[in-house]
Formats: sequence, C-alpha cells, structure tokens
Amino acid sequence: MAFLELRDLQKDFGSVRVVRDFNLSVQPGEFVSFLGPSGCGKTTVLRMVAGFEEPTAGSITIGGRDVTHLRPNQRDIGMVFQAYALFPNMTVAQNVAFGLKVARVPKAEIDERVAEMLKLIKLPELADRYPYQLSGGQQQRVALARALAPRPKLLLLDEPLSALDAKVRVALREEIRQIQRDLGITTIFVTHDQEEALSMSDRIAVMHGGRADQIGSPFEIYNHPKTRFVASFVGTLNILKGSVTDPQTGTIDIDGNVIRLGRALAGKQLGEPIAIALRPEAASIANGDGREPLARGRITDVNFLGSVIRIRVELGENSISFDRFNSPNSPPPAQGEPCGVSFAVEDVLVLDD
Amino acid sequence: MSLAWLGILPFLLFSLLFLILPTMKIVVGSFQDSTGAFTLSNIVNLFQPSILAAYWISIRISLASAFLGCLIGFLVTWAFVLGGLPGWIRSPLLTFSGVASNFAGVPLAFAFLATFGRVGLVTLILRDWFGINIYALGFNLLSFGGLTLTYLFFQVPLAILIMTPALDGMRREWREAAAILGASGVQYWRMVAFPILWPSLLGTFALLFANSFGAVATAYALTGSSLSIVPILLFAQIRGDVLQDPHLGYALAFGMIVVTGIANGIYIWLRARSERWIK
Amino acid sequence: MKTNRIWSWLFVALAVLYFVLPLIGTLEFSMKMRRGTYSFDAYAAVLSDPRFQQTFTFSVLMALATIVVGVLLVVPTAYWVRLKLPQWRPFVEFITLLPLVIPPIVIVFGYIRLYNTSSWLPLTGSAMGTNILLMFGYVVLALPFMYRAVDTGLRAIDVRTMTEAAQSLGAGWVTILARIILPNVAVAVLSGAFLTFAIVIGEFVMAALLSRPAFGPYMQLLGANRAYEPAALAVIAFGITWLCMGLIQLVSRFSRIPNAGH
Repeated sequence: MAFLELRDLQKDFGSVRVVRDFNLSVQPGEFVSFLGPSGCGKTTVLRMVAGFEEPTAGSITIGGRDVTHLRPNQRDIGMVFQAYALFPNMTVAQNVAFGLKVARVPKAEIDERVAEMLKLIKLPELADRYPYQLSGGQQQRVALARALAPRPKLLLLDEPLSALDAKVRVALREEIRQIQRDLGITTIFVTHDQEEALSMSDRIAVMHGGRADQIGSPFEIYNHPKTRFVASFVGTLNILKGSVTDPQTGTIDIDGNVIRLGRALAGKQLGEPIAIALRPEAASIANGDGREPLARGRITDVNFLGSVIRIRVELGENSISFDRFNSPNSPPPAQGEPCGVSFAVEDVLVLDD
Repeated sequence: MSLAWLGILPFLLFSLLFLILPTMKIVVGSFQDSTGAFTLSNIVNLFQPSILAAYWISIRISLASAFLGCLIGFLVTWAFVLGGLPGWIRSPLLTFSGVASNFAGVPLAFAFLATFGRVGLVTLILRDWFGINIYALGFNLLSFGGLTLTYLFFQVPLAILIMTPALDGMRREWREAAAILGASGVQYWRMVAFPILWPSLLGTFALLFANSFGAVATAYALTGSSLSIVPILLFAQIRGDVLQDPHLGYALAFGMIVVTGIANGIYIWLRARSERWIK
Repeated sequence: MKTNRIWSWLFVALAVLYFVLPLIGTLEFSMKMRRGTYSFDAYAAVLSDPRFQQTFTFSVLMALATIVVGVLLVVPTAYWVRLKLPQWRPFVEFITLLPLVIPPIVIVFGYIRLYNTSSWLPLTGSAMGTNILLMFGYVVLALPFMYRAVDTGLRAIDVRTMTEAAQSLGAGWVTILARIILPNVAVAVLSGAFLTFAIVIGEFVMAALLSRPAFGPYMQLLGANRAYEPAALAVIAFGITWLCMGLIQLVSRFSRIPNAGH
C-alpha cells in the first residue's frame, strides 16, 4: 500500500494553471525526487504536500489519512528549506528541540533526542552555537536534524543543496541519503540538478510545465526517456536531424549516411523529416576494429579533459559529441581528420515531436 | 598620512563651528559658575522640586508617547508587511509616514486644537452626534494626555518607518518551518518572532523616547508655557532667564543631552545587536 | 490567514482615521471664519497680511539658501569620503547623526552663548549675521537627511571608476564634481532638498530664540492671538509639506538609477 498518495493534483494561481494532473504513489521508505527547471511546478507540489498551498483540485493522503485540507502544523511532516530557515534567536540544540518542545515532550526526553540527532548529523560539538556562527553546510545539517527530531512520517526537502558550494553539496547529498536509508523515512526531494536526482533517488518524477512528464527509476529515466524534454533535460543528448527513407524497415538518412534502425517507424512516411537522439556514451570512433561505422564525418573539436577526451565530429548539417576515455598509450585523434562513428542502433532514441 | 583629509575640511570646520563647539559650550558651561571656575553646583541645582517636576513630566510624556507610538506603529506595520494586505498599500503608507514624522511643530498643534480642542471638530461631533462631552469627562487637550495624543501624530509614523525594515526581515521560511514543526500562530510569535524582534522594538522605543523628549515647538504652540516640560522650561530660560540663574540653563540643556544621548545610545546598541542575527 | 486580514484592515483603518481626522478638522475649522457658512475668509485674511508675506518670503529664502549651502557642503564631502577616505566614514556618519541626538534647542542655545556680541565671532550682533547663523543652524538640522540621501545616491553609482575615467580624460576636481557626480546624484539631492525645504519652512525653535522674522514664529504668534487664521496657516503648511513629499516621490519615480527617497 502506498504511503503517500497524490491524486489528480491541480493548482491554479488566478488564471494560470501551475500544476496539472499530478499523480504519484510513494512507497514507505522510498526516496522520490521531483526534477525539473524553475517554474515547472515541482516546488508547488511539495508545498501542497506540506500544507502551505491549498490544491485547487485533487487529494493528498499520508499513511491512509487524507491531509488535503489540514493545516501544516497538523500533518506530522518534516521539512528542510533551501534557505535553511534556522531560528536565529536559538542555539543549535534549541533549534533541534523546537518541534519536541511544541509537542510538550518531557525535558529529559528532549535532551536525549537532541543528542541523538546531533550525533546523527555528526555535529554534537556545535550544540550551543548560534546559526550565524555556522557555515552553510552546517546550518543545513542542523535544519535536517531539526526536521527529523520529532520523528515525522514524511520528510520533504525543498532544493536543500542549491545554496551550497559544489564540494559541500556532493558530500552533503551522500550524507542525506545515508541518514534517510538508516531511518527508513519516506522522502520527497525537490531539485533542478539532475546529477543530484540521479544519484540519490529510488525514483524520479521529471516535471515540465506543471505536469510530470515521466516517473521512473533513474535508470529508466536516463536510458528510456519518454519525451523529448526528459531526454534532453536529463543527461546530455546528441540530436540528429534527417529524413525517413523507409518507414517499414526503419531506414533513415542522416547527412547522406544510411542508418537501418531495424524497427518500424509508426506514423512516419517516406521523405518525412525525423529527429533521433543518441547519448554521448553510446557513440564511439570506428577505427577498423571490426565495427562498421554507421556515419562518417570530420573531427572538428578535440578537448582533452584529463581522464576523458571529448570529441566532436561533424557529419554535415549535424554533429555528434561523445567522450572517450583517455588511454596513455594512444594519442587523441587530430582535428580535421576524417572519422567514422559507430553506435548500436538499439541505443538510438527516436524523438516524436 | 596623505593630505586627503583636506578634502573634507569645510565639513569638519562647519561641524566644529556650528554643531560641536556650541554643544561643548553648553556642556562645559553647565560645570562652570559665573567666574568660570569648575563647579558641580549647577548640576546639583537641577535637583530642585520645580525642575525635577519638569523632568518628571517630560519623562512621563516621552514614555507614554513612545510606548503608545511603538504599540500602534507595530500593529500598523505588521498589518501591511505581514498581515496579508494588498501590496499597493505599502508605498502610500510609507510616504505618508515620511511626511508625518517630520510634521511636528506649530501647524500640528493648530491641527489638534482645531480637531480636539473645546470647539474642535471631533469634540463637536462627539457631543452633537453621540452625546459624549469629552471635556466634561475630564479630557483636556492642553494637558499631559492631550500632548501625548498630539505627539502620537509624529511618533507613530516614525515607529512605522523604523520598524518596516525589521518586519521585512522576518523571513517567511521561519513561519513555515515553525508551522511544519507543529507550532501554532501564537507559539510562533512567542518562541520565534518576538525574541527576534524585541531588540528592534526596544530600539524603536528608545528612539521615540528621545524624539519626544527634545520636542519643543508642538508643546509650546499647544500649551504655551503652562505645561512645564523641560524643553519649555529651557525655552523660557533662554528667552528671559526666568530661573534667575543663567548657568542653570546650561545644566538644564546638559540634562537634556544626557537623556537623549543615553536613549539614542541604547537604540544604536540594540540595532547593532538585531542586525547581527538577521543577516 | 483570513482572520489576520480582517485585523490588518482594522488596524490600518483606525490609523488612517486618526491621521486624517486632524487634517479634516483643521480644514473644516479654517473655513468657519464667516459665521454660519463655510468660506475662505481666513485664508484671505492670512494671505493679505503683510507679516505673512514677509515671514513666508523670509523662510522661503532661508530654505533656498540652506539647500544651496547644504548641497555645496554635503556632496563634495560624501564624494570625498567615499572615494579617498573610507576609513573616516563611520566618524563622518556619526557627526551627521548628532543633530538627531542633540535637541535643536540646545544647539541654538549654544549659538547664542558662543556667537554673541562679546565673542570672537559676533554673529548675533547684526541682522545679517544672525540670519547667517540661523541658516547654518538649518543646515545642521537638515544634515542627517541630506547626507543620507546623497550617500545612498552615491552608493548606487561606481564613484571610483567614474572618477578615474574622468581623470584619464583630463578633468579636474571641480569639473568632476560639477559635471559628473552632481548630475548623477541629482535625484538624491532633490529628495534631500525638498525635505530640507519642508523642515525649514515650519521650523520654530531656532528662529524664535534668535528672534528672526521667520514663518514658524509668525504662525505661533498668530495662534496665540487669533482663532481661525492659525487653522488656515496649518492647512497651508500641510499643503506645502505634502507638495514637497509628492515632489520627492515624483522625482524618485523618474530616476533611472535606484536611489534613496527615504
């Protein structure tokens, strides 16, 4: 049975529909990310779950209980904000204790729980400091401890890492995931950073224009994107434009290169334009090691990035960019060289818009 | 050191001649007797009943108008910053506060006389429409209460001007974080908002106190010399030496500086403290 | 949150009532001079009073002089501090805030004691001397507002780079100040100027104690002797102050550079 059920959620601000037809079932203990660009509605959905926005239509159920019209302080949810939102007039310990104090938990138990939380975030020595004395990363960890102290049933994180430095971000996201696993708490994580979503989540809801374009595991989202938006937002993508030669056999022409996809192209006719997409890691240089190149072109850019060499090949109107691991014993190809590109036709995504 | 400081020489000269030296003259003069020798007798003489009474009235009026000004100012500022009012209300309110806070003085006294005086508009409306004769009930514009009421006209706007940035600094996320942790509205105000705001509130109170203590024109125009607050006393003393002791005038002025100085010092200290928390 | 909104409107409505009633009351009272009907008799009486014309003119001229001297004093100082003497900034700011701490009555008391006929600078010995003294007193009163307005205006433009660019093109200090800095802080200066005007027109204490024929003491004198004319005067004074503030708003809105206003 799903722990968190969002059914047909919709939110209008005046005449603007900011969230539409949003459906999601989250299992207990699952970590789900809402991923999308700013303005896609992901934060609005989160705020509806928290109770700060009232849905125009639809329902929200937590643990079987319909919370759609409950006030935020009645929902038993923990939340971490992008701007930390620690209370400046209280010490770290007092901040963490706040939810317990409001719930009139006896003092001894409060002290015990606070100590436990500070140990969890590995900052027990900062108990008596004030927020203005802490770094951004420390403040956010305290915010997490504060949210978790009352043992809520659901944890919401609203772009918690966006305000932090890159290095702190990476370290903290691993910590958050670890803590979440240890506690087994159902979690929703909002972010615009696809690397965060991909590395942390059990499932991702990719959002676009107020709607969830696709909900699935990171593997699915990345390798089998359902829409062009998902394909281009998550990871990088080479988009090649050509025309259909034979819709039955799925043969297409890209800049004079004939490529047989081996699957029928439904709804396409002879001569119609078509766009395909290819992940960079799916392509490689064909240099006579048995694989026949599927496309030929000329190398226009070689960027040596250390462990990886990024190569750009121009086919004509289109160009493909892909990475190759550096190998100490073979030098990178030279700019201007003619080059063959090979890839598996199964890896080609046909874009349908 | 370079000669760059010469660039602000005119300013330094001006401040010296027209701000610092005159003030120092008063301060020093309050410790001198008629021969120029150092003495504390002027200060001691301040502690005579009539002068102490004047200070006490001044302090009471300043406390009253500062407290009421803070309270009303806070409620109004809360209303348009955090209270869910439409955004277009803010700008006119702030502009009006800017005007009204400078609007002490003679015209203000006239305005209140015309409104709350014996034949003032509100007095007459209350008498003729509601049957309430406020003067029969003991209200008198030319009194402690009346002066406080009049002072509120520039104290409340000043409070609004100072408190607006403080209330602006109350981040929405604090309210939301408190709510999601289970706190009701009252608990939020008691445990988070007021503790954060009290330095600003107290600082505003101090500033309003100083502002009221030094105000002369309104009181003079309203009550003449009948209400003996310190500025009026000093005014009369400067005009015509009513205290029969010129150096007492110095001491009186010095006393004023001490009071307003302390009040302003408190304000500055509290403002620095509150700014540290709300970065 | 809905109940909050009701309270908010209530507080604001009550506040507006408190502030608007005296204005209405004054207006109403000022029109009651002719028995039994509303008229502008009080205004006619006031405006035709030669003492009104004299004192009003005096105060207007004083205000203009104060503004000019104030600008000439504050703009170069604020500019110089920002450019060359940043470490002096707290000190200078402290001085500009002193007039808010030291009551004006104390300052003018100091003037009388310091610059009377038996001192080294006998300004009070002559009418013109006293006028100059009063004007400097007004500059002191306006100093906090003028300085803050100009300083905020300067903060919005990159003073250092502009100066260096001008210098590399051969400009001297006066040129830089007059043709580059001043135009760019014009809006801030105007705000300060209008505020100064409002302050000077209504000022009472300094003018009264220095016995100068200014508008403030005239108003007070009339208030002691007449009934309806003072109300008319108050309405005129309100009107002028509102006009000044309105002009500040207008000027701020037309500025391309974000600036202080208040």
